[in-house]
Amino acid sequence: MHQQFPQPKLIRRIYSEKAWGALAIAIAVICVLFPVLNLLVPADSILHLSDYTVALTGKILCYAIVALAIDLVWGYTGILSLGHGVFFALGGYAFGMYLMRQIGTDGSYHSNLPDFMVFLDWKTYPWYWQMTDHFWYAILLVIMVPGVLAFIFGYFAFRSRIKGVYFSIITQAMTYAFMLLFFRNETGFGGNNGFTDFKRLLDIPITTPQMRMALFVITGVTMLALLLVSRAIVTSKFGRVLTAIRDAESRVMFSGYNPLHYKLTIWTFSAIVCGIAGALYVPQVGIINPSEMSPGNSIEIAIWAAVGGRGTLIGPLVGAGIVNGAKSYFTEAFPEYWLYFLGLLFVLATLYLPQGVLGLIDKIKAKKQAAKSSPEIQSSSELKLNSELKLSSDAEAGVENEAGKA
Amino acid sequence: MLLNSLILKRHGLALVAIKRAMPRMLAPLLMFALMAFNINASALTNEEKVGLATGENESRMAVLDQVVAKGDVDALPFLKLIIDDAIKIQGKDVVIVGDDATTDALTGKEVTLSDDAEDIVNNNRMGSELDASVAALNLLSKDAKVRLESAKALQGTEANASRLSLIQKVEETETDDKVKDMLALVRASIQLTSEDKAMRLAAAETLAASANSGIKQMLSTRLAEGGETDPEVKTAIQDALKNIDRNLAMYERIGQMFTGISLGSILLLAALGLAVTYGLMGVINMAHGEMMMIGAYVTFLVQNFFLHYMPSYFQWYLLAAVPAAFVITGLVGIVLEKTVLRFLYGRPLETLLATWGVSLILMQAVRTIFGAQNVSVENPAWMSGGIEVAANLVLPYNRIFIIAFAVMVLVMIWLMLTKTRLGLFIRAVTQNRGMASCTGVNTSKVDALAFGLGSGIAGLAGVALSQIGNVGPALGQSYIVDSFMVVVVGGVGQLAGAVYAAMGVGILSKFLEGMAGAVLAKIFILVIVIIFIQKRPQGLFAFKGRSID
Repeated sequence: MHQQFPQPKLIRRIYSEKAWGALAIAIAVICVLFPVLNLLVPADSILHLSDYTVALTGKILCYAIVALAIDLVWGYTGILSLGHGVFFALGGYAFGMYLMRQIGTDGSYHSNLPDFMVFLDWKTYPWYWQMTDHFWYAILLVIMVPGVLAFIFGYFAFRSRIKGVYFSIITQAMTYAFMLLFFRNETGFGGNNGFTDFKRLLDIPITTPQMRMALFVITGVTMLALLLVSRAIVTSKFGRVLTAIRDAESRVMFSGYNPLHYKLTIWTFSAIVCGIAGALYVPQVGIINPSEMSPGNSIEIAIWAAVGGRGTLIGPLVGAGIVNGAKSYFTEAFPEYWLYFLGLLFVLATLYLPQGVLGLIDKIKAKKQAAKSSPEIQSSSELKLNSELKLSSDAEAGVENEAGKA
Repeated sequence: MLLNSLILKRHGLALVAIKRAMPRMLAPLLMFALMAFNINASALTNEEKVGLATGENESRMAVLDQVVAKGDVDALPFLKLIIDDAIKIQGKDVVIVGDDATTDALTGKEVTLSDDAEDIVNNNRMGSELDASVAALNLLSKDAKVRLESAKALQGTEANASRLSLIQKVEETETDDKVKDMLALVRASIQLTSEDKAMRLAAAETLAASANSGIKQMLSTRLAEGGETDPEVKTAIQDALKNIDRNLAMYERIGQMFTGISLGSILLLAALGLAVTYGLMGVINMAHGEMMMIGAYVTFLVQNFFLHYMPSYFQWYLLAAVPAAFVITGLVGIVLEKTVLRFLYGRPLETLLATWGVSLILMQAVRTIFGAQNVSVENPAWMSGGIEVAANLVLPYNRIFIIAFAVMVLVMIWLMLTKTRLGLFIRAVTQNRGMASCTGVNTSKVDALAFGLGSGIAGLAGVALSQIGNVGPALGQSYIVDSFMVVVVGGVGQLAGAVYAAMGVGILSKFLEGMAGAVLAKIFILVIVIIFIQKRPQGLFAFKGRSID
């Protein structure tokens, strides 16, 4: 189906020197500037970063990782998932199990079991809680649980060539089903309340400023590392096939590729990235509950990518920052109007910003450049080029549409 | 219980004796009473009155049985007075305490109520015997409704042979089938305690046809506590129990089927509009649930309008709400199409996101206008209550209304799509947009109207939902995933697909709910749908074609 994705430029390397420089600055900001301003600068100084800001930024960094994951499947492969919240939450729950085990006997019932299990009158841990008190096993779960679920789900969905809106709806149903499942107390994940009241991580108290800063730095570095990995993926030959699948799946098949393997790989990878984001999110925010899996949350993830600019990797990171920054501002200042704003954002971003904020910036830049070099000739030729492009794309849209309907 | 049945047996014996003696003893007494105390409305003899009001519960029950066996309808007022605690004993006199005066029950003369007047103490057994006797006597009423009520009341009462003859007599002359069937059960429950083995066997057989958990309880306690000694009758009772279980299970299944169909019709109403817009434009409208919500709120407004301006016609507010909801949600849909969706054709995924945004705005708008709390929409009086098919199967009228309503909407849409010009255009554009456009169909106008139609149908679904559930800003959210499933399973562009899918999902989920609980049922359904799509990615019914995207 015809969609307005940015036309790929020919890319041979991961990043230009300039971009590497920017990346180095980002690392410096996360690893040096934030810790120094938060921990070393005295609280009454103007330069001091409050704990609140650090926590908020850390949370947004986790969301940015999720946006990155969505961009890989939506922006580059053309698969819109409305169920990525479930992978995020599963990663969070997997790590949350470890954090619950770390509470030990400090719960309100002073039992070896988490409070909610005592409440349910369970005597032992169910089988899926076995070994979750080992940190590395928890990390393995963080990766495996979303990965395996995505693999199984993706295999069946892609094998029968479910795509487009159908696929989106099915992913939404999946996250909805998981939400219902986790809302049940008998599922063994704390029901409504989920996991909370964490005390320690690796036997270190979790609420100290140093621990929080460490988590923040880990999140930031993970995000940048995943950005590089994603960039490596999309610039590779594998990534080019993904883009081809996005633009014309049938043609890719006719050229002898099996889209199943490509889609399944990127889909599973994306889910794992989401799970990692969830695992980083839970200790920083201090709670995980089934509402993270609500269909609304997952759709919101898509809008982060749409606002920032799909198919750019950097764009979704920016988008997650913009939307969540606005969210925390609105929900504090005008809680009544947040949903109006979010709703309008959905409508306006799809109507007027098909390539997101990054696309807008590119457009403005291109206009400026065109105005700088010979203004008259350039603009007229551009106009002609544009109208030609428009014509061809319209015709294509018509054909595609008919094919879809017939 | 053992004690009880012993007492019953003794009663039975005593009664047989009384019955035999009755013509000789009672007839002259009765005549005398009629002549002497005609001033009293009740034809009860004074002895009977005193016997009913005073003495031990045992002896009072015996008198009561006597009265019932006579089929003395005129005893009813007095019995009711006893039940209402309006009879007191003052010294040796039995007095009736009325609202303004106290009268002597025997002479009808006014007396003063002294402080030492004693209440009649009815223990539980006496109380239930009194109720049962009133019910038994009410069977002689001319009003079929009263007879039905009393037949119902008699079910599950203690077996008492004194009522047997009366019940048998009524049963013979009864014309109403329902009352007759019920009386047969009551009669059989009494006969089960009879001395005659053949009668007991026949009773067990009659009881086997019932579907009443009360009778099941009665039979199993009789079996468990050794009330029955004869092996042949024992097996008969066991068979009867099995049969009753089967009947109960059958009615339960019918009940599940019914709620399944009613859920299916709700899903159908929700999915029909979606199917129209998706089939036509390839647009999944995430704001569809909010259109349903708007329909429900329109119903709420129409209800309030009727309440304030024409309360006498309140019963019929739904008749006005249906067109109002259709038109208003239809207009909202057309505005939505003209301002947002029109620019997004050919970009289905973006449409998904944009309509989600619209749904957030609509939900918040309703919250701003009406508040976040649920509003109350009342059922009209003719919609409360239900048809009682069996003791454990009641079909509520509002559910029946929804099924009928869904069928009506379905027929209307079918007529609209097949018989009108707009319907022709909609089908043409659905099948081949380009060709339709070439032959002069104004496709953008058809798009707008079709979207309006789809939204209007959602509004109608909202009217239906307002009659069975809460009306609040999140109303649409709870049905949206289910209705998507129906569209996905049914395939697009064909009404039949939506009907089969909606009914299938509805009935299946109710059956699964019966087995595994609501949450697991929902999860199973989603899993089943996902598996189903493996086999038929285009849904149940899809247009055949050779195109590829």
